[in-house]
Amino acid sequence: MNPTLKRFLAHRLVWPITALLVLVIVNTIARPSFISITVQNGQLYGPLLDILRNSAPLMLVALGMTLVIATRGIDLSVGAIMAVSGAVALTYISASPAPEDLSTVLVAIALAVFVALLLGVWNGFLVAVVGVQPIIATLVLMLAGRGVALLITGGFITTITSAPYRFMAQGYLVGLPFAFYVSVIAIVIVAVLQRRTALGVLTEAVGINPEASRLAGVRSRGIIWGAYAASGLLAGFAGILYSSNIMAADANAAGLYIELDAILAVVLGGTSLMGGKFTIAGTVVGVFTIQTLKSTITFLGVPPAVSPLFLAIVVVIVVLVQSPRTRSLFAKGADAVRGGTRRTAEVAS
Amino acid sequence: MSAITADLGRTGGFADTIQRFRSRHASWVPVFAAVVILVAMLIGAQAYFGNFVTPRVLSALLLDNAYLLILAVGMTFVILTGGIDLSVGAVMAFTGMLGASMLSQGMPVAVVIPVMLVLGALMGLFVGVLVQYFGVQPFIASLAAMFAARGLAFMVSLSSIRVEEPAILWLQSTRMQGGPGSFYITPTGILALVVVVVGILILQFTRFGRTIYAIGGNEQSARLMGLPVVRTKLLAYVISGVCAGLAGVVFTAYTGASYPLNGIGTELDTIAAVVIGGTLLTGGSGFVLGSMIGVFVYGTIKTAISFLGVDQSWTRITIGALLLVFVVVQRLLVARTARTSR
Repeated sequence: MNPTLKRFLAHRLVWPITALLVLVIVNTIARPSFISITVQNGQLYGPLLDILRNSAPLMLVALGMTLVIATRGIDLSVGAIMAVSGAVALTYISASPAPEDLSTVLVAIALAVFVALLLGVWNGFLVAVVGVQPIIATLVLMLAGRGVALLITGGFITTITSAPYRFMAQGYLVGLPFAFYVSVIAIVIVAVLQRRTALGVLTEAVGINPEASRLAGVRSRGIIWGAYAASGLLAGFAGILYSSNIMAADANAAGLYIELDAILAVVLGGTSLMGGKFTIAGTVVGVFTIQTLKSTITFLGVPPAVSPLFLAIVVVIVVLVQSPRTRSLFAKGADAVRGGTRRTAEVAS
Repeated sequence: MSAITADLGRTGGFADTIQRFRSRHASWVPVFAAVVILVAMLIGAQAYFGNFVTPRVLSALLLDNAYLLILAVGMTFVILTGGIDLSVGAVMAFTGMLGASMLSQGMPVAVVIPVMLVLGALMGLFVGVLVQYFGVQPFIASLAAMFAARGLAFMVSLSSIRVEEPAILWLQSTRMQGGPGSFYITPTGILALVVVVVGILILQFTRFGRTIYAIGGNEQSARLMGLPVVRTKLLAYVISGVCAGLAGVVFTAYTGASYPLNGIGTELDTIAAVVIGGTLLTGGSGFVLGSMIGVFVYGTIKTAISFLGVDQSWTRITIGALLLVFVVVQRLLVARTARTSR
C-alpha cells in the first residue's frame, strides 16, 4: 500500500468523516432535494441548513461531554441542566413586565446560564473533591434536576412570545441561522482553549493517568472540576437554544436523552470513553452524523418512536468497528493479503 | 501463638469486638445504614401522618414495587461484576409489549411467558457478548440494547395494548390474606420475593456467586486464578435480562396493559435502589438483600410523597438527594477502610 494512503487511512478522523459522507450521499440519492439550498429574502433554506440549525444544542452539549470524557468521566446530567436552564430563563421572562425588551432577555439568559454553571460546578465538586464516581455523581442531578425544573415552572409548561428570545434559535444573521453561529463560536472557543494552550494536553494527561499526572505536578483536581463546569455551562446554553426553538420550557421533554446522543457523538467521533486523547473535530463530525441520521429517519417515514432502533444499529456497527477484536481480525486479513503479494513478487523476481 | 492472640482479643473487650465485627463485615455496613434509614423513614412517616405504618400501606409497598424489586436483583448481579445495565427498563417495556400483543392474538400464557423470559435473556446475552467479546464498555453496550429494545417496543405497537388474559390478571388481582390485621400479598409479590431468595442463594452459596464477587473485586486476579470470567460475566447480563423479562410480566399484570413508553427512567430508579442498598458501583461488594431494602426505601419515599399530596417531582428530587448522601457516606467508609488497612 502507498505510504501516504496508509497514513491517510490511519488518521483517526477518516472513519467518522466517511460515515458522515456515506449518510449524505445515501440521502442525496434517495432525495435529490437533500443538498439543494434555496435563497428566500436573503436567507438560506434547505435540509442541510436545518441540520446545521437543529444540531446546535447537541453540539454544545457534546463539546462539554468531550471534555468530561477526556478526563475519564461522564456527565449524565446535561439533559436535566438543559431543562433547568430553559425553565429559569422562561420563568424570568414570563414574570418580567417587559418580555419584549432585549435587556430582559439578556438578563434571563445570563441568569439561566449562571444557574447551569453552578450545577456544573456542583457536579465537578462531587467528582473532583468528594471523589464520587462520575456516573453516580451526575446521576444525582439527572434524577433531581428535572424535578427542580418542574418546581421552577410550577409543574406547567411555561410559554412566552418574546421576539428577541425567539431569535436565539429561529433567527437568521447574514443568511445563516443564528443558532449555527452559536455552535461555531462554542467550537472555536473550546478548540482555542484546549489546543492553543496547554490545557488540552493537561486534560489528556489527567484522563490517561490521574495519579501519575498529579505526581507530575498537574492540578488534576482543578482540571476535572473545570471540565464539569464547562459541561454545565454549555448545557445551559443548549437549554436556552432548545427552549427558544419551541418557545416553551417543558421540564419533562427538554434535553430528554440528549446525554445519550452526546455520548454517542463523542464516541462516533473517535474519543474513547476510557478518557485521555480527545478530538474536538471528531465530536463535531459525530454531532453532524447523528443529526443527519435523525433527518434521514424522519425522511424515510419511520415513526420517530422507532428511530431508537436505527440509532441502536448504528451504535452497534460503530462500536464493533472500533473494537480491538474486530480490528485484529481485519489486520490478520490484511496481513494475509500483503504476505500473498510479497510471495508473488518474489516469484516474479 | 494462638494463646497470645486469644489473650489480646480478650483484653480488647467490647469495643474491640465491635471493631473486629466491623472490619470483618465492612460490606454489610451500608446495608445496615439502609435498614436504619428505612426504619427511620417509616417511624417518621408514621409520626407525621399517623396512619402510615398500616397493613394496607405496607402490603401495597411490595405490590407497587414488585417489578422494581425483580429488576434490582438482576441489576445487583451486573453491578457486582463491575458492569452496569441501562437496558432493563426498555427490555421490560419490550417484553411486556410483545407479550401483550401475543396474548391479544390468542396465544396461550404457557407459551407467552417463556417467550418473554427468553427474549429478555437474549437481550442480556446481546449486551454480554458486546461487553465480553468486543470489549465494548458496559455503559455503551447496554445503551445500545436500551435503544434497540425501546425501538422494538414501538414496532410491536405505537399504542397501548390491553391485557384481558385471566391468568396474567390473576397474578395481580389475587389478594392472599395472611398474618395479623389485613396484610395481603399478591402472586406478583410472592414472585418478587422468590426472585430475591433465589438471588441470595445463588450469590452466597454457589461457585458462580463467588466468582461474581471475585470478578468485581479484581477481574485480572480472578482470571489468573483460573475462574471462568467470560462465562460468568455473560451469565450475569443474561440474569439481568431474564429479570427484565420477568419484570415485563409483572408490570403488565400490574397495569393490566402494555404501553411502549413503560419503564422510561426505570433503569435509573433501579440503579439508585441498588446503590442505596449498599452495593458499590465499582463491583465486588454488595448484597441482594441490600437491594431489596433499597427498593423499599424508594417505595416508601414515593408513598410518603403521595401521602403529602405534593407534586410527584419531589420523588425524584428526594431519591437524588438520598443517593447523594449514600454515595458520599460510602465514599467516606471506603476511604476509611483503605486508611486502616494500610
